[in-house]
Amino acid sequence: MNISRRILLTLAAPVVALIFALAMSSVVLIFSGSNPLEAFADMIGHASRLETMVDILNRATPLYIAGVAVAIGFRMNLFNIGVEGQYLLAALVAAHLGALVNLPGPLRILFILVVAMAVGGAYSGFAGVLKVTRGINEVISTIMLNAIAITGLIAYLIRQWQAGGGIQSGVGRVGTTPIPESGLIPNLNSVLEFFTREIRQGKQLTGVLVVAILVGIGYHVLVNRTRFGFDLRATGINPFAAQVGGVPAKRMVVSAMVLSGAVAGLVGMAEINHVGFFPANPIKGLGFTGIATALLGRNHPAGIILSALIFAFLDVSSGVLQFTGAASREIVVIMQGVIILAAVVAYEVASRARERQEAKSAAEALGDIKPSEEAA
Amino acid sequence: MATAIELSGITKRFPGVVANDQVNLTVEEGEIHAICGENGAGKSTLMKILYGMQQADSGTMKVHGREVRFVSPTEAIAAGIGMVHQHFMLADQLTVLENVILGAEPTKALGRIDFEKAREHLREVGQAYGLTIDPNDLIEELEVGERQRVEIIKVLYRGAKILILDEPTAVLVPQEVEELFRNMRGLKEDGATILFIDHKLDEVLAIADTITVLRDGKTVATVKPDEVTAHDLAELMVGSELPTPETTESTVTDQVALDVDSVTVLDEDERVLVDDVTFRIRRGEVVGIAGVEGNGQSELLDAILGTRPVHRGSIQLMGEDITLLPVRERRERGIGYIPQDRQQEGLLLTAPLWENAALGHQTKAPFAKGLFIDRAGSKERTEHIRDEFDVRTPNVDVHAHALSGGNQQKLIVGREMTAEPIVLLAAHPTRGIDVGAQGEVWDDIRLARSKGMATLLISADLDELIGLSDTIVVMLRGRLVATLDPAKVTPRELGAYMTGAKEGAA
Repeated sequence: MNISRRILLTLAAPVVALIFALAMSSVVLIFSGSNPLEAFADMIGHASRLETMVDILNRATPLYIAGVAVAIGFRMNLFNIGVEGQYLLAALVAAHLGALVNLPGPLRILFILVVAMAVGGAYSGFAGVLKVTRGINEVISTIMLNAIAITGLIAYLIRQWQAGGGIQSGVGRVGTTPIPESGLIPNLNSVLEFFTREIRQGKQLTGVLVVAILVGIGYHVLVNRTRFGFDLRATGINPFAAQVGGVPAKRMVVSAMVLSGAVAGLVGMAEINHVGFFPANPIKGLGFTGIATALLGRNHPAGIILSALIFAFLDVSSGVLQFTGAASREIVVIMQGVIILAAVVAYEVASRARERQEAKSAAEALGDIKPSEEAA
Repeated sequence: MATAIELSGITKRFPGVVANDQVNLTVEEGEIHAICGENGAGKSTLMKILYGMQQADSGTMKVHGREVRFVSPTEAIAAGIGMVHQHFMLADQLTVLENVILGAEPTKALGRIDFEKAREHLREVGQAYGLTIDPNDLIEELEVGERQRVEIIKVLYRGAKILILDEPTAVLVPQEVEELFRNMRGLKEDGATILFIDHKLDEVLAIADTITVLRDGKTVATVKPDEVTAHDLAELMVGSELPTPETTESTVTDQVALDVDSVTVLDEDERVLVDDVTFRIRRGEVVGIAGVEGNGQSELLDAILGTRPVHRGSIQLMGEDITLLPVRERRERGIGYIPQDRQQEGLLLTAPLWENAALGHQTKAPFAKGLFIDRAGSKERTEHIRDEFDVRTPNVDVHAHALSGGNQQKLIVGREMTAEPIVLLAAHPTRGIDVGAQGEVWDDIRLARSKGMATLLISADLDELIGLSDTIVVMLRGRLVATLDPAKVTPRELGAYMTGAKEGAA
């Protein structure tokens, strides 16, 4: 099978899934008495404005990082559902310590990132250790660790560490001690404005976007180019063969969970750098949407970019629908669900088509057996 | 004699291959008809079509003169055709009776199972065909041969008059094979028609009334056993001469490569799987382990490779103790492994061939460069393996699942051989591959042996074991019970040691 055909097959699946999702959503919209064309036009019209694009990128940044965190586990058939708890806990601890420590600007930024990764990695690694020593399924343990982190640890720590918070967008918010301005990653407005025009409405393009890009490159290199990545993927494809091939199974489980958690720890950086501290009511749910993002992006570093953008677009669009009144904002939730469902089915169909193609070309290479088309 | 089955012009295509190409087959009532052919010749496909598991693209099937077209095994069973698969489909925790009636349970009022009626019917079937077995035995307590008998009874219980047996002798030791053949002759006398797949030619000649040979999906000949020799049959199957697994003069040296000393291996429940086993393999030597499957051979291999912990005893590789080392380090020090189940243990089916070639060697050049995978080096080495070991593939980027079984095996053998191991652990290296590929694998092992490789060979094929080994040890219930000289032992004698009928000096 030639390369272009392979790419076509790979791209066909998500495109078909999207078209299907659009069709399904249209049906739902018609039934609920709205005009689908009007609703979609509103969504797209809104999204084509520069300020909305900044919103979408800001939302896509943490989603992408969460998607990569989940994908690292997925590549080894590990289901890290704990990204949610890991990123919130990591962001809280990193924001608190980052405000307390006395370091010059860039070092403080680095310090916060490192603490976040360490906390996320340690908390996730805990589930890995439980799996290899006590045989506890990571799905169960990470769900429970989520509950412990969110309703236990974070609820307790935020009361201990609450220190006035600060004012954001004219609204006072409670939270941890604010991090000095020099310890925050600067926004990328000037970079974007260099290519386009002035960004209005006080919107800021998050500087964590750079971190997300580095995470994506790092993920690609680690998984596809290193020995560690080879062991990771081999274990994911066939754990028995990997073990026979000398891959230390237990160590890989713990490493993969730690790595996944460390990346998860970076998810909350977008909010911390935006707000300037860890708020008592942070943005939640990114860890769970991250699972869907990884799934739609096929765990592929570039695929997750696309899926993070799609989910961010839908998220941001839900606001405009409510505003213009073209449709109920809940349609967005339906679309998210349908996209995931359609994607899973479409991927399966595409991968079977690919397998058939390969079997055929391998059989053709044998030479002595004619391909069925010729025989028919 | 009337005709039981008549297939004409059966054609079945799969994507990229024609599995059956205008196959004709006539089976008379009350005969034992053997189907021979290499792997991939289309035997299994043909049987699956006959049993309704797959449908032919074209051609006609007649059973007892009536044209039929089965879309499911249920219809085949209703027409009096039953199939015994190579891999038994029995529930270990249930009794013989429960297994036999599973899916065809006679019921009383309220849907309760009528065990009395079932027991009665089972006894009738057993008497009619002269097959005896205690209906109350648990399957897990039965020997392989007995389990097979349960499978046959299961099929007869459902009223089958035509039996399809898929490689029935593959799992049996010689003594059990004789028992099976006795039963097959008995069934024939009681009016059953038997169609069986086999590629052990001496067996085919001993039991069959008629032999049909398939090659490349086509029927090449239908012969009577008294008209042909095993040699003729082999030529019909492959179109060339059958290779023999004979080693030339001894290449055994004095240098001990692998020293296994009083090794005991336990399972999770602390049951003894390998019991105080001691042996040595010198460079250039092939030690064959004979034994009925499940007597601790594969666990012994696991312990040497490092995937199973050694409870007591020690293992030394070139004089260095490796008992506690992880698998990776053992492999790096020169242990190669050809696994018993290539898809389960040997391959990453959804990964490209070059990654499969790296598996197990991914820490060393040319597959690795520092902490990174050397993609160019890996692909180059894989191309070398492809050329050297005749792996038929369009390129090294295709996924492993696209290759046929024989080519997958050649890739694994090539991967392990090109790494030039000090000790090669080979479990059933030629199982399930065709005669041509088999000969190539034997040549590869022989060549490496002459260069000083020490080999530990497990095989169910006794001719292979006798032909390749310099020393044969027999394993029974986890212990080494005999050490034999392959030049002086026959497959029959070996079978006697394997089942414990004969004891020797260990």
